[in-house]
Parts: sequence; C-alpha cells; structure tokens
Amino acid sequence: MKGPPLDFRNGMVDMSHGGGGRAMAQLVDELFIAAFDNDLLRQRNDQASFAVEAGRMVMTTDGYVISPLFFPGGDIGSLAVHGTINDVAMAGAVPLALSASFIIEEGLPLADLRRIVLSMAAASREAGVPVVTGDTKVVERGKGDGLFITTTGIGRVPPGITISGDLARPGDAILVSGSMGDHGVAVMSQRENLGFATDLKSDSAALHGLVAAMVAATPSIHCLRDPTRGGLASTLNELAHQSGVGMIIEETAIPLRAEVAGACELLGLDPLYVANEGKLIAILPEAEASRLLAVMRDHPLGREAAVIGRVVEDRHRFVQMQTAFGGRRIVDWLAGEQLPRIC
Amino acid sequence: MCLALPARVLELLADEQAMVELGGVTKQISVALVDDLAVGDYVIVHVGFALARLDPEEAAKTLALFAEMAAAS
Amino acid sequence: MKYIDEFRDGALARNIAASIAGEVEAGLRYALMEFCGGHTHAISRYGIEDLLPAQVRMIHGPGCPVCVLPMGRIDAAIALAGRPEVTLCTYGDLLRVPGSKRQSLMKAKAAGADVRMVTSAADALGIAAAFPDRQVVFFAIGFETTTPPTAVVLKQAKARDLANFSVFCNHVLTPAAIGNILESPEVRQLGTVPLDGFIGPAHVSTVIGSRPYEYFAEEYQKPVVIAGFEPLDVLQAILMLVRQINQGRYDVENEFSRAVTRDGNRKAQALVAEVFELRPVFEWRGLGQVPYSGLAIKQAYAAWDAERRFAIAAASVPDHKGCDCGAILRGLKKPSDCKLFGNVCTPDNPIGSCMVSAEGACAAHWTYGRFRGAA
Ligand code: SF4
Repeated sequence: MKGPPLDFRNGMVDMSHGGGGRAMAQLVDELFIAAFDNDLLRQRNDQASFAVEAGRMVMTTDGYVISPLFFPGGDIGSLAVHGTINDVAMAGAVPLALSASFIIEEGLPLADLRRIVLSMAAASREAGVPVVTGDTKVVERGKGDGLFITTTGIGRVPPGITISGDLARPGDAILVSGSMGDHGVAVMSQRENLGFATDLKSDSAALHGLVAAMVAATPSIHCLRDPTRGGLASTLNELAHQSGVGMIIEETAIPLRAEVAGACELLGLDPLYVANEGKLIAILPEAEASRLLAVMRDHPLGREAAVIGRVVEDRHRFVQMQTAFGGRRIVDWLAGEQLPRIC
Repeated sequence: MCLALPARVLELLADEQAMVELGGVTKQISVALVDDLAVGDYVIVHVGFALARLDPEEAAKTLALFAEMAAAS
Repeated sequence: MKYIDEFRDGALARNIAASIAGEVEAGLRYALMEFCGGHTHAISRYGIEDLLPAQVRMIHGPGCPVCVLPMGRIDAAIALAGRPEVTLCTYGDLLRVPGSKRQSLMKAKAAGADVRMVTSAADALGIAAAFPDRQVVFFAIGFETTTPPTAVVLKQAKARDLANFSVFCNHVLTPAAIGNILESPEVRQLGTVPLDGFIGPAHVSTVIGSRPYEYFAEEYQKPVVIAGFEPLDVLQAILMLVRQINQGRYDVENEFSRAVTRDGNRKAQALVAEVFELRPVFEWRGLGQVPYSGLAIKQAYAAWDAERRFAIAAASVPDHKGCDCGAILRGLKKPSDCKLFGNVCTPDNPIGSCMVSAEGACAAHWTYGRFRGAA
C-alpha cells in the first residue's frame, strides 16, 4: 500500500497532493499530522470535536498572503499562528484552538512547505494553542503566490472582561507594547526592488501571554488591538471611529527603532503606517495606566511599552499628533497602500 | 519634491557604486555623479544616486547658528 | 541619524520661531512661497505654520513633479504599459496618479499591464538587461535632482547597446516654473497675489547651484533663500527672508551650505547637457504651457527615447472644471477655497494634481492640517 516517503529534499508539490487520493493522504500524514501532532488531529475526522466551558467565546479568521514567504524573524507559517492568536487575544480572551487551511501553488518545493509547517507547529506548541483541524488544496501554477494560509482561532473570554474597539472614552490613556514598524520594515528589506538591507527582525509573536497578564492586573482595559496592516496610525483611526472619540498622541513617546526610522526615511514612508505583528495598543482609564505599564514592562513582549497619548472628545474623530518638533498634525487613515516615493 | 537624504559612505565598490548607511540601514548606490569620494564621507542620496558631498564644516556652522539663537533668546 | 535629527530639534525650532516673531515688523507683509512640494510637506507635517506669526503667510508653489505632470502624459504612459511587449518601470509616486477617465498605472497593472515599481532609474536598466525579450520603458519624471540619474542610465544603455530599453522623459526645470509664476499678470502687474520672497529647493540646487536664482532676485526684486527640507532648515530660511524683507534686500542666500554651492554639481550638469535638450514648450498641470520648461532626449540618444520609439503623440487633456489647482499653484487660492476639497476630492480619490501626491498643497492640507479649519 505505502509508496516511498515524500522527498522533502528535492520534491515539489503537484496537483495530486490536493487531489484527495493517496498522495494527499501521504502529505497530510507525513507532514501535517506529524508536525502538528495532537489528540484531536490524530482522530482524523473532518472536524475537531471537544467540550467547551460555559462563558463568552470569541472566534476570528485571517488569511495570510505574504511575499516573501520567509523573512527575518519568521515566515508565513509562524505569522499565521501568531496573527490569529493575537486577534483572539485582543478581546482579552484565552486562545484555545486553531484551524489551518493551506492553499498551495503547484511547484512549491516540499522543502519550503515542510519548513513552513514545522515553524508553524513550533509556534503553536510554544503558544500552547494547538492546530486541531485543517485543510489542504493545491492550485495550478500561476494561480497562487506559492502558499496562502488561512487560520481560524477560538478563545474564551474570562468572566468580568469586556474589551471592544468601541469602548475608548475621553480621558483614557493610550499605550503601546513596544517599538513600531519592525515587521513591515523587516519584510520590505527582503524585497529586491526596494534595495536596502538591515539586521532588523520581524516582531512576529503571540501576545496572549502578555494580554493575560494585562487583563489580570487591570480588568478595566477598554480596548486592545494589534496594529498590523496600516500600522499604528490606521489602527488608532479605526478605534477613534468605532468609539466616536478623538485622540492625541505624542511623537516622542512612540517607541521606534533607528533602523525603522532609517528605512522609512530612505523609502519616503511614514513608520506610523508600517505593519507590526507582535505589538498591541491598549486603551484604559488614565488612573490605571501606570499599573498597566508596569505589568507590560515586566513581560518579555512588553519591555519597551509606553504611554503614547490620550483619548479626547472630538466630534471629527481626528487622531492628532503632537510632533517632536512642537507642532501638531493629523495622523490620517492611509490612502491606499503605502508606496515608496521619490518626492 | 525630491526626497534626498544624507548617508555615510561605508565602502566604495566597482563600477562607480558604493555602499552607504543611514540609521543602521545599508543601501547600494551609484556614485557616478560625484568624484573623489572617500569612506566616511556623507553624501546626499536621491533615487539611488549620490548627488553631492555633504560638507561637515558647513553643517556644523549652520547648527552653530541655531545654537547661537538659543543662547540669544 | 546624523545630519537629520539635529535639524528636527523642537527646542531649537522654538528659538528660531521666537526670533522670527521678534523680528517681523508691524506694517510689513511677508508672503513667502515655498516653491517645492518637499517644503510644503515639511511645513504641514511638522506643523511649522503653528510656529509662525500671523504676518508670515506661506504660499505653496508648484514644485512637485508628480503634481505638475499633465494628464496627457499619464494617459500616454498608461497606453504604453498596455502594449503587450512593454514592461513599464516607474517610481512609486506615479502609480496612483489619475489620468483621464479615472485610469491609473495601478489600475492598468490590475488589468494585466506589466508595470513595475522601481526606486532608482538604475533598477529599470537592470530589468531591461534581465529580460532581453521585453521592451522596458522607464517612465521618468522629476526636476533637476532626478534628471542626472536618468542621464547616467541613458549613457549606460547606449554604452551597453541595450536595445530593449528606453526612457519616456518628463523631466522639468525649476527656474522656468518660478519664472512663469513671477511673470503671471496676477503677480507682475495686478499685485493681486502677494509674493514677497521665495524659498528655493536645496536638493535641486545641489545640482544646479544657487546661481540660477540670482536672475530672479535681480529681475523681480524678490529675495530667495535656498533651504533644506528638515523643519529647522525651513524655519531658518523663513527667518533669513524676514530679515531680507526688513532690510529691503533681494539677494540669493544659501541656508543649505552643507551641500549647495553657487555652481552646483558640474559633473551632473555636464551629463544632463550631453543627454538632454530643452523642449520649446512643455505642459504643466496647473500652470499650462510653459516655454523652455521641460527636457527632451537629444538626437544622439534617440534610439533610447520612448517618445520616438513608440511614436507617443502630445495630447493635452483638460483638468476637471471645478478644480482650482491652477490658482492654488500660483498662490491665488488656498486648498480649502476649492469647492471639491475634502468632499469630492480626497487623497483616496484625487481629482486635481494638488491632491495627487503627498506633496501637493491640497493633499498636505488634507492629510496633516485639516483640523485647523474644523472647529
Ligand atoms: S481639492 Fe482637488 S479639485 Fe480642488 S484644487 Fe485641490 S486638487 Fe483640485
């Protein structure tokens, strides 16, 4: 019955790996189940079935498309785990389980797929959030960008916690957990057409541990959100809009690495619009801000946490920034995608 | 208009190229437009080309002028 | 970042601002035009207007090569990109600029055209070398700063005899546009547009030097200060202009002495002269036809001229009727005076040239400054 093992050194994914036949079963066995190994997965059902505690659940899903698939500090696999865990955690919830769906382009080297799946499994194990069900499809060459991954996550919200993007109130403090823009710049540095190099790594990380410590210390947190695509600026605008408030942030208070600042200068980008994958924004009543800040700084993923601004009343819902320079300006939504410019 | 930045020359390469650095970021640029550059020089870089050498003495003078104003006011 | 951070110091800025406030004289007017979009951007981004006394008014000039590129040229580039054999390379700034019929290079790319973003003209040449069976066209824009790199690349293409490379040249000249503004009847005779001094762009002058401005200072009796793009540079230039106006002087002064000389970069100038020649006239979005304001590729490099290779015809496409860009670029109106500002015309959906690039006067006001008007 069993043919030769998959050739993870020189082999490639082909249409048969998505065809539902023996080749697919072999890929699932030898790669996915072996890597993600857990009781639920081992049952080999089309769904994972498990008991849940009473209470409020959260559920989130996210598709990952990234070029290049590998970047300093991570790859599409670890990103797909971290990103979805973070989306669950931003409700203050404890993530319980993930699902993963792979859309693989024919021709992807099996070695690359294996590296990604192993990194994904390592990320899930490290986070303590298992991948309990999954799916694999193969599309023809030219119809996908190597690999797309969609992960769905569920989690449970501890009793007494209500965190939502529409709860920011005038007088609240705004905190971030660390330096902005690291992920976006690390990924851009790998794109050949942008032509620059740095030692910077993506900040991709699962934030649920940090969040657990935060909600335990200050259950009064109003909003949590991870500033991924669109960066800090776009995320603050989303929150201001949802909550019907304005915000004023201090440029000098925003943690920023020299390399991120340098790369953004070179490309004509604004670091406030550059993506993060291991950072969060927290908004809570001013009086509790210093307690929360101390808790965040005690956690390895929040060492550089900082209070960056405050929520104000503003019917225009503007996010404004006090510049390092002493002036004030709007920090707007991003118009389209941020493109490098020469002028 | 023209986004141009001061960067430090790290290394001079063949074919009128150089490696420059800005805030920990390195980039290969063309130095075809500026003669006699040396490692350690600062150049103004625009669209991947050095356009001019930056004169550290003149920069210091400009900064001193700002500082004077600080003292005066 | 050395030579950047020192020039963004807020405390020093307040000192310079205090000097400006202390030195402006009652009864004198200081309407200063920053020609260049880079300055417009710096003024908005750093909130410099908040630091200036009411008597000092900044007028945003037409100095953004993206904003002034006429729609006909964008249409031509989109048509070029649509040819099956063509790979069109250009700077990121141009991808979203709308041509007529709401088309843009970004949309053309989505529809299947081979459009590549480059951050250097040299990259376009590299793409041509790497894909010999593609016709690689570099869609070149920019002022005197961006022109020498294009010249270098054209020379290399010729030296390497790269037959599949060409340049669609849209390089324009700063002094010609300043001259056009100063010659306009509103400024010259009617005096309806107050213009008491100019801030000249430093990066252009690293190439052309400060000398070309001497004629303007002399002929139009307006002071010019060539300034860098960091906020302290801009403030210092404003202070220098205030002093000239107080003293009734109209000299060309150089705030960016750290990289600008009177003569500029002779090597770059020689290269540009070798490869390019003046066009008798070139259209600017907002300003119209401006004599001797644009560059074309010389006969010796005709084989690498996309306009000749693809027989690109000059077509002039009128701007949207409600758009006040022309008046804004000449200082007659402010962005908020335009009826379309902020409702029909936004950076997500730009109607006119001033909203197109981050450096345009309307875009800068929208992005950074609109809270000023919104009470
Ligand atoms: S707001 Fe738009 S339409 Fe009005 S002048 Fe500015 S660019 Fe033109």
